[in-house]
Amino acid sequence: MKNGLAPILVNGLLAFAAAVVLFPLLWMLSVSLMSAGEASTFPPPFLPRDATLENYRELFAHAGIGRYLANSILIASSVTAISLILNVAAGYAFAKLKFAGRDRIFKLLLGALVIPSQVAMVPLFLLLKFLGLVNSYGGVIVPAMAGIFGIFLVRQYALSIPDELLEAARIDGANEFRIFGLIVVPLLAPIIVTLAVFTLLGTWNDFMWPLIVLADNNLYTLPVALASLSREHVQDNELMMAGSVLTTLPVLVVFLALQRYYMEGLMMGSVKG
Amino acid sequence: MRSRRAAWWFVAPAILVIAVFFFLPVLAGFAMGLTDFDIYALSDLTNLRFVGLRNYLRLLETPLFWQAFGNTLYFVVVGVPLSIAASLGAALLLNSPLARFKSLFRTALFAPVVTTLVAVAVIWRYLFNTRYGFLNYALGQIGIAPIDWLGDPHWAMPAIILFAAWKNFGYNMIIFLAGLQAIPVELYEAARIDGASRWRQLRFVTLPMLSPVMMLVSILTIAGYFQLFAEPYVMTQGGPLQSTVSVLYFMYEEGFKWWNLGSASAVAFLLFLVIFAVTALQLRHAPRLGAA
Repeated sequence: MKNGLAPILVNGLLAFAAAVVLFPLLWMLSVSLMSAGEASTFPPPFLPRDATLENYRELFAHAGIGRYLANSILIASSVTAISLILNVAAGYAFAKLKFAGRDRIFKLLLGALVIPSQVAMVPLFLLLKFLGLVNSYGGVIVPAMAGIFGIFLVRQYALSIPDELLEAARIDGANEFRIFGLIVVPLLAPIIVTLAVFTLLGTWNDFMWPLIVLADNNLYTLPVALASLSREHVQDNELMMAGSVLTTLPVLVVFLALQRYYMEGLMMGSVKG
Repeated sequence: MRSRRAAWWFVAPAILVIAVFFFLPVLAGFAMGLTDFDIYALSDLTNLRFVGLRNYLRLLETPLFWQAFGNTLYFVVVGVPLSIAASLGAALLLNSPLARFKSLFRTALFAPVVTTLVAVAVIWRYLFNTRYGFLNYALGQIGIAPIDWLGDPHWAMPAIILFAAWKNFGYNMIIFLAGLQAIPVELYEAARIDGASRWRQLRFVTLPMLSPVMMLVSILTIAGYFQLFAEPYVMTQGGPLQSTVSVLYFMYEEGFKWWNLGSASAVAFLLFLVIFAVTALQLRHAPRLGAA
């Protein structure tokens, strides 16, 4: 009797939890397809009477969401590409190459992980203003070109590369850059994908820094634009849900496609985060 | 020798970026907190004066700063246990040998973590709507009168906490799941032979074995929750009656709305000190993790 009920209880609770957790996301999708005003009724409707793409059309035609989408894509992909190169090279060097002060510098970097990034925000703003980067894509991209967490993640993974392999290549006369390109990068491929997914999602979702450094409407990323639109259109729920779909669907799709790598990174990062 | 010089080519670009765009601003932030850097200094640096600890003293006399600190503390003290309890509960269910479709459920429960905070905050603002929000509709079905979630100063912070728990619990759930899977099966077998019930196995095997993970999770979550910003920015704009102004929200307005950059730096530094002190306090009570 007891054994018969337990599986139903466990799976029932899981199904209930999953339904509660997914409900806001599914409802967002449903409301985004409703015509204007339909969602502002009681009781709240679950499905659109006549599904329409009108809200999406409106966002592209009058709210300039295409521009924000392009900004987000440009910024997220630039940050990901540049920071991958810098972090992978540095992470590998901290794991496998010898240079003066290596361990001391690495300890300093690890220690700095406890400093919240907001502590740096005010002076960083002034520094970027001095460099002429405030209110430009560079203001978001340049400070994110390398990161401690990324270096740490790559280093932990690179520690497992056997030294004999690198030594053998050196004896064969390969220089360090060839070794890196031909031997190390292929071996690091899984962690490179993990770090790419992390960086891409992190940059895409980032809000506070782009909000501070991008003053010009035309440069807004999707989250900044959505926050600003949602302050103007408090009553237009259908329109705002369509904006939310456009903002969050791309990252959900990337996550679902590369979930395995993301989860691995999460485990590795939290072992000594 | 050749490889030593090459090594610098590998690390120098990343180190340079981090030094210039992170370490330098952190140090400068500490110095700026001791100045009266404001909109006049922004246009002409000769207007800048060293004021010692005056920013800090003035902040401690500002009621809104204390309110922001109190609101943030409320968010941490209620939100962290709630989020961790949800994470642990979900992880225990997922780890149960009876559970089916595990990876499907895991993905579903984890999904909110990867969503864009601003986008899902917009959704929840709609769910919390007093008149036609889904939450009040559901509560109405079980006979509870509508609550003005985001318009009532007593309910705005609980609403934000509920939203934050939904958004974040999946992250710690994954860490707990890894911790649960690392507990040796033999321990459970020994407990069963001794006649321990499911509940007592949880109480005396699972939870004690999970305590290092629990420590890690609570340190990370507390530090993260102190950095509350986007939720009130999108959902309540700090209101009603400033009941959801967080420390970072206060810093944002002080710095980038009123351009009191010296004072904003002091706020950021105070927040850092608080997070640092809380983390250090937790680590002192967990010497094992601290040594690892």
